[in-house]
Amino acid sequence: MIELKDLSQGFRNPELMQSLSQRIHQLSAQLSESVKIMEVCGGHTHTIMKYGLNQLLPRNIEFIHGPGCPVCIMPKERIDHAIELAMLPEVILVTLGDMIRVPGSKGTLAQCRAKGGDVRPVYDPLDALEIAKQNPDRKVVFFAIGFETTTPMTAVLLELAEKQNVANLYFHINHVLVPPAVDAVMADGAAKVTAFIGPSHVSAITGSDIYQPIVDCYHTPVVVSGFEPVDVMQSILMIVEQKVQGIAKLEVQYTRVVTAKGNQAAQQKVASMFTLRPHFRWRGLGDIPLSSLVLSEQYRHRDAEIVFADALSDQAIEDHKACQCADILRGLAKPNQCRVFGRGCTPTKPMGSCMVSSEGACNAYYRYAGLAFDLDLTKEATTGKASINRAKTEKEITA
Amino acid sequence: MRTVQLSHGGGGQEMNKLISDLFFHHFQNEILLKAEDAAVLQLEGPIAFTSDSFTVSPLFFAGGDIGKLAIAGTVNDLAMVGAQPQYLSCSFIIEEGFEYHKLETIVKSMKAELEKSGAQIVCGDTKVVPRGAADGVFINTTGVGTVKYPNISVSQLQAGDAILVSRDIGCHGSCILMARDELRLESELVSDCATLWPVVERLIESGVSLHAMRDATRGGLSAVLNEWCEGSKIQIDVEEEKIPIADAVQGLCELYGFEPYDLANEGTMILAVPAKDVPAALDVLRLFSPNAEQIGTVVEAQQHKVIMHNPWGGRRYLELPQGELLPRIC
Repeated sequence: MIELKDLSQGFRNPELMQSLSQRIHQLSAQLSESVKIMEVCGGHTHTIMKYGLNQLLPRNIEFIHGPGCPVCIMPKERIDHAIELAMLPEVILVTLGDMIRVPGSKGTLAQCRAKGGDVRPVYDPLDALEIAKQNPDRKVVFFAIGFETTTPMTAVLLELAEKQNVANLYFHINHVLVPPAVDAVMADGAAKVTAFIGPSHVSAITGSDIYQPIVDCYHTPVVVSGFEPVDVMQSILMIVEQKVQGIAKLEVQYTRVVTAKGNQAAQQKVASMFTLRPHFRWRGLGDIPLSSLVLSEQYRHRDAEIVFADALSDQAIEDHKACQCADILRGLAKPNQCRVFGRGCTPTKPMGSCMVSSEGACNAYYRYAGLAFDLDLTKEATTGKASINRAKTEKEITA
Repeated sequence: MRTVQLSHGGGGQEMNKLISDLFFHHFQNEILLKAEDAAVLQLEGPIAFTSDSFTVSPLFFAGGDIGKLAIAGTVNDLAMVGAQPQYLSCSFIIEEGFEYHKLETIVKSMKAELEKSGAQIVCGDTKVVPRGAADGVFINTTGVGTVKYPNISVSQLQAGDAILVSRDIGCHGSCILMARDELRLESELVSDCATLWPVVERLIESGVSLHAMRDATRGGLSAVLNEWCEGSKIQIDVEEEKIPIADAVQGLCELYGFEPYDLANEGTMILAVPAKDVPAALDVLRLFSPNAEQIGTVVEAQQHKVIMHNPWGGRRYLELPQGELLPRIC
């Protein structure tokens, strides 16, 4: 049996980290242009910041933070839906952790709970089934979020609710897809991404092949990477090797879990219960056709957007003008370049979703990169405005 | 099944019986049994005085329960300023319908924990609230003790001091998270919940200079170190590799995206002592836990922050934990 400690031991070996760093430095000296690596998933952003990987890398390797955080990309109107549902007296709204802190236009689910809304954050989607069984006279709505990684769990929850005839469980589906979002960033072109670190949790389900069209279409390397420091450093080395050779291909660093075709049983389960939603508005990226899922026809009776249609607003809501989450999610700005970062917007009082989510780029910068700005440990700290902003912020926070 | 009723808090016969059969029976001492409106105490100054309220879910966990916590917590607050815990008050807020035998278990574990420091409960209060108005039992304890080693303070850290931790961190927080129904994790992990006065007493006797001490409860190691930086206007450099963390705690953190430095402890203390006293202090601490370790040093600096050094040369701030502890989504 694998022990928990085995999951990380060996993947944080200092000698190995130094050796990978040296190799990256040697190879990248041969490059004539900077490599702009988008880490699609917020989990990778956190690994880079938390373990100070950017401090080990040469200056011609730059990170651009991508749209792969399920909390960050949730537009305000969807959070408003959750609040509107939770405030219905007959409804218990169940959702995963971080979601309760994301502000919609009517506040957060945590604030809604304090006002009397029945909001229950859970660790495991299957808890929603138990809550529904324990409250037969209430309507339990599972506010489902996440990329391809979490969708199979929602599918299992739905399957169990059907099999066990738990009629009072409904679903508000916000499951989104990685490839259309990455394609939207690349098609826009403004982010100038020249390589990707692909999210391995997604590929554990979907397989790595989903990224091949990105490689083919935009001629950028994609390396599907694990989340440990050694994983990410090795993935960066693999990208640099491709750049030195002048090639662009799909590679898998996280071979201990990811295969080309993925978990086909999970894919089939998802395909049997969900269908593509024609349109979904992403925070920052706007409307991306066929980029999210909705319950298929036979499960309409459990679709909260249909069952509770009368209680739900249908107006798109823009972010606060000062908040630059949208630019950050499109790879056009770094968190510390936002003028409210660390001042008007902090993890305890977030204006934007990138600061709320524990996978969000702003949250990662706030928690882990403060020292980097103060001591010029990051490349972005050398570019003027950003570091000045942060320096002011530190003083204000200390004061 | 015998349960606590609203009448047990009503001031009449039922309440008197609950108090005499349960609280007086287990906590008995001369001062308490006088049953005056207020306890009359003999104390020699300087005196340390502290209060804390305890709410925990679940009430019973591996390594302790809310009763043990309510005694250890307040006694430890006294010990952390070098005071010998002497007298405690104890107030219960009990939810109607709470099982009597559970209440008795809690009271017995309070009695057992009191024996470790020699402190006594000399006064108290009992309230029973309608079902739904409390989560089983809430306990408040207030304590006083005589200061045996003066000037231990958040403002006494000095450049060159060593930062020590008395054992591996995060066990209580992890235990509580794992014991919650929604997490359904199984582990051999036991809360560190314990009275720290015996170790503090040995430290004082050993002649070690104590600049600062704090039990790293809510907010964990991160909170203590940040408060010290602010309180003493210094910087603390911490070696990530040196911080003792049990495999089960590390595993929980990896799975759910927590930081072990943010997790609560209930019998783990952080100390600042002069560098010359480190060997003597570690000798004492290791009598109680082999995992005691020096994890960092105090540095004079303009910024009053905690800086964590990782094993491959990276650095970052160790910030104060913020908001609810919520697991990551994917």
